[in-house]
Amino acid sequence: MSHKQTPSQTVGPYFAYGLTPGQYNYRFAEVASGSMADDKVAGEHIRIIGQVLDGEGVPINDAMIELWQADATGRYAGDSDVRANTGFSGFGRFGTGTDEENRFIFDTVKPGSVENGAAPHVSIIVFMRGMLTHAYTRAYFSDEVEANANDPVLSSVPEGRRETLVAMRNEEDGNVTYRFDIHMQGDAETVFFDV
Amino acid sequence: MTENDTEREPPGIGPRDWKSHPAYVSPEYKSTVLRGPTKPLVPITHSLSELTGPVYGAECVGELDHDLTRNGIKDGEPLGERMIVSGRVLDEAGRPIRNTLVEVWQANAAGRYIHLVDQHNAPLDPNFFGGGRCVTDDEGRYRFLTVKPGAYPWGNHPNAWRPNHIHFSLFGPSIATRLVTQMYFPGDPLLEHDPIFLGTPEIARNRLISKFSLDVTEADFALGYIFDIVLRGPDQTPMET
Ligand SMILES: [Fe+2]
Repeated sequence: MSHKQTPSQTVGPYFAYGLTPGQYNYRFAEVASGSMADDKVAGEHIRIIGQVLDGEGVPINDAMIELWQADATGRYAGDSDVRANTGFSGFGRFGTGTDEENRFIFDTVKPGSVENGAAPHVSIIVFMRGMLTHAYTRAYFSDEVEANANDPVLSSVPEGRRETLVAMRNEEDGNVTYRFDIHMQGDAETVFFDV
Repeated sequence: MTENDTEREPPGIGPRDWKSHPAYVSPEYKSTVLRGPTKPLVPITHSLSELTGPVYGAECVGELDHDLTRNGIKDGEPLGERMIVSGRVLDEAGRPIRNTLVEVWQANAAGRYIHLVDQHNAPLDPNFFGGGRCVTDDEGRYRFLTVKPGAYPWGNHPNAWRPNHIHFSLFGPSIATRLVTQMYFPGDPLLEHDPIFLGTPEIARNRLISKFSLDVTEADFALGYIFDIVLRGPDQTPMET
């Protein structure tokens, strides 16, 4: 390769007015937010919520989470997947500095299976002050026991660490919430992939 | 579109070059110690989930979004040294990455961010916001107008100062090509004291430093800097000729 990759650098503590301005009340239109699916988007409407915890278990208040997923039929938006369903962008962003518990909150639809044998999942990118290079992980769904057991990526993860990739389903008053905490370090460190 | 096209897989993306990117834990940069993952990354075979990504084209960019000297104006022009930063977004084979969103954010000329958490005792500029975005053209080119950001102190160690820099965020064609980085300026004496810049492998550091360019400089108006950005991919090394 004639050209070398430009190195990554930290997103720093001051990304909010550039990358998540609407969420943080800056007067600048934003391209993505935690509200990924309005009522018109087909599928089971769910909320994915969680904290990002440092090596001492303290919630991090200046992380930015990006979420990328297929729609309810398992199709990605955009040119790369020519089967795209254009009604759903599939991309969300949320900073952990506005919720009082420093949670990220995505209102979206549950994705379908993208490929034969693949369990439904969302892709998650983690940025923060104190990380010079971003981290990549996936969240699977706790109610997809059989599909999860057959998923090639999940199966490639050491068995004892797989549960760090499974978001826990909770239903209350007809609202479906999946809890997915991201542990940066420690015994329960979330599996991050060399994407 | 032929039938073959509908079955087409997106092009593959080569590996993240860890000789180019900072490690997660870099003790001189203190907050990495409790935040960077410490277990080895798990290998993953790219599937559609990694080879696709959001596409933000010209429709999501406002008329003044690329011009930070005007997009925050209230009652006058922002203070500071006007500058142009321009460059190309390329893949590792040197091919332009077209129609990809480039987002930037930066401090004002005094070294102060508009972000509410920034309490540095330097003045805010009522006419400067500091955030911008644009989309690359057919040659992979982007261009921003802004003022040169000031250096600012931070709490990493006594008398710690960040070198002048502009934050950049890029997508490229997929989730695997995502990049957030910072652009620095040539000759900045703070670079050799900055744990964030120095957290980068030495061999790759100069790729983060823009080049002054008289060609990009506009007479009687603004200094010009070139900052080319190389994203990952493709996954095959072209034949050397
Ligand atoms: Fe900064």
